[in-house]
Amino acid sequence: MRWLERIFRGSHLDEELAEEVQEHIEERTEQIMRLENLSRDEARQIALRAFGNPTLVKTRSREVWEWQRLDALAADFKLVARRLSRSPGFAASVLLTLSIGIGANTAVFSVVNSVLLKPLPYPQPDRLVTLSLQAPGAAGLASFRDGLLLSPSMYLTFAEHNRAFESLGVWSAGTANLTGIGQPKEVHVITVSNGLLETLAVPALAGRWLNADDQKPNASKSVMIGYGFWQRQFGGQRSVIGKTIRLDTQSWQIVGIMPRGFRVVDSEFDILRPSPASFDPHHQIMEGFAWNGVGRLKDGVSIRQADADISSLIPVWMDSWSDGPNSNSHFFDAWRIAGSLKPLKQQVVGGIGGVLWLVMGTIGMVMLIVCTNVANLLLVRADSRQQELAVRAALGAGRGRIARELIFESLALGVVGGVGGIAVAYAALRCLSSVGPVNLPRLSEISLSPESLGFTAGLAVFSGLFFGSIVSLKYSHIAPGAGLRVSSRTASAGRDRHRSQNVLVVAQVAMALVLLVCAGLMMRSFAVLLNTEPGFADAEHLQTMRVAILPSIASDAVAVTRMQNEIADKLAQLPGVSSVGYAADVPMDGFEPNWNSIFVQGRDPWGAKSTLPMRLFNYTSPRYFSTMGSRMIAGREFTWDDVYNQRPVVILSENLARELFGSAGAAVGKQITYFEPMPWHQIIGVVEDARHNGVDAPAPACVYWPTMSANLYGPEPLDAVRGVTFVARSQRAGSQSLTQEMQQAVWQVNGDLPVSGLRNMHEIESRSLERISFTLTMIGIAAAMALALGVIGIYGVISYTVSQRMREMGIRIALGAQKSQLRWMFVRTALQLTGVGLIIGFGVAAGVVQLMRSLLFGVRPLDPLSFGVMTIVLMMAAVLASYLPASRVARINPADVLKAE
Amino acid sequence: MMILESLRRQPAHGYALVQHIQQRSKNILQVEEGSLYPALQRLLKGKMVKAEWTVSSTTNRRVRVYQITKSGLQHLEQEMSSFDRMLEGIQMVLGPARRASSN
Repeated sequence: MRWLERIFRGSHLDEELAEEVQEHIEERTEQIMRLENLSRDEARQIALRAFGNPTLVKTRSREVWEWQRLDALAADFKLVARRLSRSPGFAASVLLTLSIGIGANTAVFSVVNSVLLKPLPYPQPDRLVTLSLQAPGAAGLASFRDGLLLSPSMYLTFAEHNRAFESLGVWSAGTANLTGIGQPKEVHVITVSNGLLETLAVPALAGRWLNADDQKPNASKSVMIGYGFWQRQFGGQRSVIGKTIRLDTQSWQIVGIMPRGFRVVDSEFDILRPSPASFDPHHQIMEGFAWNGVGRLKDGVSIRQADADISSLIPVWMDSWSDGPNSNSHFFDAWRIAGSLKPLKQQVVGGIGGVLWLVMGTIGMVMLIVCTNVANLLLVRADSRQQELAVRAALGAGRGRIARELIFESLALGVVGGVGGIAVAYAALRCLSSVGPVNLPRLSEISLSPESLGFTAGLAVFSGLFFGSIVSLKYSHIAPGAGLRVSSRTASAGRDRHRSQNVLVVAQVAMALVLLVCAGLMMRSFAVLLNTEPGFADAEHLQTMRVAILPSIASDAVAVTRMQNEIADKLAQLPGVSSVGYAADVPMDGFEPNWNSIFVQGRDPWGAKSTLPMRLFNYTSPRYFSTMGSRMIAGREFTWDDVYNQRPVVILSENLARELFGSAGAAVGKQITYFEPMPWHQIIGVVEDARHNGVDAPAPACVYWPTMSANLYGPEPLDAVRGVTFVARSQRAGSQSLTQEMQQAVWQVNGDLPVSGLRNMHEIESRSLERISFTLTMIGIAAAMALALGVIGIYGVISYTVSQRMREMGIRIALGAQKSQLRWMFVRTALQLTGVGLIIGFGVAAGVVQLMRSLLFGVRPLDPLSFGVMTIVLMMAAVLASYLPASRVARINPADVLKAE
Repeated sequence: MMILESLRRQPAHGYALVQHIQQRSKNILQVEEGSLYPALQRLLKGKMVKAEWTVSSTTNRRVRVYQITKSGLQHLEQEMSSFDRMLEGIQMVLGPARRASSN
């Protein structure tokens, strides 16, 4: 850092040299005075002559130390800083615009980088794939987001016979009840097979991984815990290894802790546990397609090869396992199962990729507008400096020297704007991670990384060069004669002087239109979604609460149902609660629903079809639909009588009733079932469709069963759904007092019952709107910025033109021109520019909106309303932006203007 | 080189150095006194001399005294030997010829 030291020592050095030279001359003078008896002045003359030019000596001495170029740069920078500080308004507006533009871009880039570009936090992440399957023959199942999941028997087959993978494993996320530490609570548990940890290959922070021994049928029960759970529950003490915890009334020993930030693919967890029962090869059936698979490819194996490998193992799977005697395991041939492996990252990132690139694109476009705007401001400034530049050119400044200075000024603006941009981006990211959409994957990984800072630096320099070169191209080759002549006082502005400004305005208008149209389309989609019937009403006044009743608390199905009934009654007695019901799943809460096919009495279920369509199964209590505010289209809801008397009754969704029976009314009274030994169930009601998978996804065909039914699998005669979500309708929904009272009500029934999922239904509903509202917000901000910048651009150009043509206007008025005519002249110029910009913008927008087709809902990309309204908005903005400066013409007093000349 | 040689004999400030060189060369070398300073700065930058402000005992002035450093000494020796060799070479080329022409 010596050069740095030198720069700072610069002035000190100067003083020392000056003193030294001064002393030298003094000493010499005195000597001459002594030796030759001359007067001080004469002696001084001689001494100076002998010494040479002191200034030159000092300069030469200084040069020894200087890094000349740097000093020249510093001088340029000083010059720029001085010039900018003389027009603080200009500097502030340029720097603010640039900071916001660069900051917004940096923030979005950071998100894109962390979510899409950065590799997953596992060793060699490019070799990780998700083992998803496609099953075009299994209608209903195949509509799942992730294709067909794996069954344990599939996993066993794949693990044993595959040739493409180094290792593979499966996992499934769920919850369990943690008891014995404080209040009973629900914790997030991920059940893993053998091989999963080896595949992800992240070493344990302390202790050991779960291993093959832990998966053996009579192994001691071992679990690993996650970092967050370790910190929260045990204060980060290492001695926790070896301790036992109680999960679902069983004791498990903690054998290891996973490090901070480790997630199983995209899922956070408290506890990782093995499941000897699930993967016992002696007790397996074909089904149980509930496991997410992850595999680590062998070196050099492509996804296509692995796909083929998995597909070839499907027949092996069908040959190896069976659902019991008399069952045909080749039934699954009809499902046409095949491998559909995807890079793991694709699963983690999901559908957010398209959204993020779109947002990046729009923000990038705003940056372009920012640059053209700054270029415009600089052009205006350079124009007013034209005379100065021309004089400098006349005095011999080279074209390069002038260009360098202009570009340097822009670069300095860009760099300072970039520094401001980092501050803006930092604030924006802080804001994003605190209020950001919960379903943005890898949200916790988002940060201002070195890559982001590099991006900022690149963007700052690029934008500086971009608008700098526009200005310097125009002004560096100024011919001294022309420059001096044009700015002479009597001429009015020439046409070519405004050409580049006009081009910039046209570009701005075009880009602004594109962004506005995108925002318009998103707004329309959002409006359509908000008006969509979700299948329940008045979500703000619905409070949900999840309660699971373990076998240790209530062993048989009737006891479970009575307990649920009691909880529902207790909840209904709370002040302000008007109605209570419960169901296995409430719409949009993200629980994996149950799917199966049904048979209608008296019909050949197969017909010409080789497979049966899959229906969503849900289990509901009496009063559930009336609590939710779902309309009964026909028939009635379940009653407690139906439940306790085991009446075989069922309710269908409207779309399913129409599909099977033509109309809702026709369905009531008909009989359906879904499994051979199950009795025929009578349809007693048809309820309106519920958008189970989110407001923007179509409502699935739904079958609603009572929560207690005949047990078809086990020794017990009856089976009841043990984990249910209670829904209470109340004006107090969402309030702390209500949620506390609800928990107390549950604990009055039984103090060991774990409670979770206390949420307002509105919260659940808006979460399903998050993706589109996030996109809408981002594009809306971008479009608003574009519109504002466009208006400023038009305003600037017209305002500048007006001020340049004051003289001409004065003469025109003096000769009898109407002020309104003159005003219209300027507005017309603005409208012409806007018109050209709109035409270009239309073309570009028509192309761009095709890219966002997948984000739109209930609105066509070429939506005439969006295009029309946004065109009018821009036109009106243009009129306003030009009318204001143009009306200055009206204030012209011709005598004053001409006198001022 | 001359500066270094002078400083090797004793540390001095700028004015004294000029005096010393002029005396030693018996005023044959008439250079602008000022040209000494850029040269001194170059030596400072190359760390061949170091400088210190003191008050001169004779004139009672604040002066900057230069002192040769270790690397300055090394440099001087190198330069001297290569200069000697160069001088020798020049003399070998010019010497006989001059003798021949004078004969």
